[in-house]
Amino acid sequence: MTQAFFRQKDQMLGERPPPASTVGIVGWLRTNLFSNWLNSLLTILSLYILWSSVPSFVEWAFLKAQLGGEDRFACSEEGACWAWLDQRLGQFLYGLYPSKETWRIDIAFILLLPALAPWLIENVPGKKWLRRFSVIYPFIAAWLLVGGWFGILESVTTNNLGGFALNLTVGLAGIVLSLPVGILLALGRQSRLPLIRWFSVIFIETVRGVPLITLLFVSNIILPIFLPPDVALDAVIRVIIMVSAFASAYMAEVIRGGLQAIPKGQYEAAAAMGLSYWQSMRLIILPQALKISIPGIVNTFIGLFKDTTLVIVIGLFDILGIANAMVSNPDWLGLSSETYVFVALFFFAVCFSMSRYSIRLERKLDTDKR
Amino acid sequence: MTDERSRGIILQLFVLIVVLVFIAFITSNTIANLQRVGLASGFGFLTDTAFFDINQRLIDYTSQSTFGRALVVGLLNTVLVSALGIITATILGFIGGVLRLSDNWIVSRLVTSWVEFTRNVPLLLQIIFWWAILTSLPKVRDSLSIGGMAFLNNRGLRTPAPIFEVGMEWVIAAFIFAVVLAVGIVRWARKRQEETGKIFPAWRVALVLIVGIPLIVYFVAGQPLNWDVPERTRFNFRGGFNITPELIALWFALSTYTGAFISEIVRAGIQSVSRGQSEAASALGLSKNQTMRLVIIPQALRVIIPPLTSQHLNLTKNSSLAIAIGYQDLVSIGGTILNQSGQALEVVGIWMAVYLSLSLATSAFMNWYNKRIALVER
Repeated sequence: MTQAFFRQKDQMLGERPPPASTVGIVGWLRTNLFSNWLNSLLTILSLYILWSSVPSFVEWAFLKAQLGGEDRFACSEEGACWAWLDQRLGQFLYGLYPSKETWRIDIAFILLLPALAPWLIENVPGKKWLRRFSVIYPFIAAWLLVGGWFGILESVTTNNLGGFALNLTVGLAGIVLSLPVGILLALGRQSRLPLIRWFSVIFIETVRGVPLITLLFVSNIILPIFLPPDVALDAVIRVIIMVSAFASAYMAEVIRGGLQAIPKGQYEAAAAMGLSYWQSMRLIILPQALKISIPGIVNTFIGLFKDTTLVIVIGLFDILGIANAMVSNPDWLGLSSETYVFVALFFFAVCFSMSRYSIRLERKLDTDKR
Repeated sequence: MTDERSRGIILQLFVLIVVLVFIAFITSNTIANLQRVGLASGFGFLTDTAFFDINQRLIDYTSQSTFGRALVVGLLNTVLVSALGIITATILGFIGGVLRLSDNWIVSRLVTSWVEFTRNVPLLLQIIFWWAILTSLPKVRDSLSIGGMAFLNNRGLRTPAPIFEVGMEWVIAAFIFAVVLAVGIVRWARKRQEETGKIFPAWRVALVLIVGIPLIVYFVAGQPLNWDVPERTRFNFRGGFNITPELIALWFALSTYTGAFISEIVRAGIQSVSRGQSEAASALGLSKNQTMRLVIIPQALRVIIPPLTSQHLNLTKNSSLAIAIGYQDLVSIGGTILNQSGQALEVVGIWMAVYLSLSLATSAFMNWYNKRIALVER
């Protein structure tokens, strides 16, 4: 009988466990933290940074912090002093808006949620009605903020608008205005009509070539020179105009990138179907181009929102302006770390969630790859 | 009207008329407004005496100098902080981008949180924050000593200043000579490798030359470089070189902010090189180092460079935020001049001209570079 040089399945040796150094916690540590000497060094360095910063920050910001008190003298030296929150939170949120009218700002921003919902969430009930609402929302919000109009609401001058409400107002108005203007400019830059193309190019390149600060100076100093002597625009309105113009130039470039990525066949097919220029743009080209440009558009929004802090340069009191004023107030002198960390959290919360949302949307819309 | 061409012409005519009417409207208002205030337009004010001081200047300037010279001082300050910022932001960005892709779990998390936090907080806030920290440091009397060589206090950082003595020019000349020699050797080595396939360790030799030759000349010339170390006096320091807290805060904030953006660009650039490239390179027998240098980096750079240059341009434009903390750059000094002379149109015109020419020059470079490295397909 010939010897079988193979083993039957039931005769096989059992699997041996992998070496202890490659599995479990030890294995994870070896592959992820200590794979070679450079990695080990970096790990130790990072651990040192974390060890020396995180506990002391937590201790400063929470454990040894002081919550109540009239002024900075009520606070101890060691921890953070959050005593001002109690007195000043209103200013940080609403600026110098009359305190008995701040409910209007609250309502304006609560109504923002149903206005945004149809654009951000796909399966929202009553989408059609919410969309219609979001079209009239800017007017409702403006009315709530400024008041007037048959004396139903007491009118408040826009110069009193401040704090984070000012950042949100300028940011949202900039977003609402810059997207359509940006789309028009991008189409203008691609246009076959030379005059329109040149106007778009000159506008886009001039605005993109200069810092926003110089444009804000223009809004503050030059715009009054350009306008008839009897016309006076509020500072907030002028800032919104300039910030929107600034953002729309960047928006135009982002959307142009999207337009250029659309294959020529799409344009030709639209023309072959007998669609007019505007029909083909609205129905064929722009839906595809905007979809590709979503990450860039959201990035422009984030940049625009961060740039709303620049209004302090021309003397408006947004949240950063209020913070600066408080830091130099004798009652709260020397609390710069607390104040600026607090302000930073506001912006981080808004900008970070925008960027996360854009990443999610990008993944969802990524339909043509796999 | 149904003809597409005539419709296009009519539309353009319409736009042209709107723009012309708009310009005419603005011009007439401007003339009326300027007459009302009694301002003469023109650039004659640039030769008037400035009557204000500038605490940081790279060229001679006193309060008796002209507005024009003050603007040049401001422009140089803008160039200074932008150049410093561009160098450090690029270094930080490349380190950050590579570390984010590292296999090391903790390092990549740590760098990611730095990038996300810095990117999502307004730059102006960061500049003001660092400036507030720096100006709340101890007073001059209780300066923090850094190894007894440099001192940190609420007036900035006082560092040793280099003193060039006789013979230093030889060291500099030797350095330039070594660089030229090194470039020659690298070129020769590349040519020889293309012709014969023999590899010459050109980069190592070049490095030895660039470090070695100036070092030898330095010692032969009798060590002609001395350091003027700041000394504590009763109220201040004697000697040394003072860097203002404004410059440090602006430089630091610009570098970390732009560095975070650059690290994202670098990460995307490296990830854009497909895995097959590095696998093919190692199949060809290239070492890990060679794969990086000869295969990955050249391809990644093609993706990295265009957005990188626009980040550099952004940094330059963002340096105008200096006005918020009183660093006297072009915009800040322009603002002072604008307040003193009232020549708003001219000052804003100068700002725009300077920044526009900077950005046009950058985009010209970018186009040139793009053409040079564009993938040649068949």
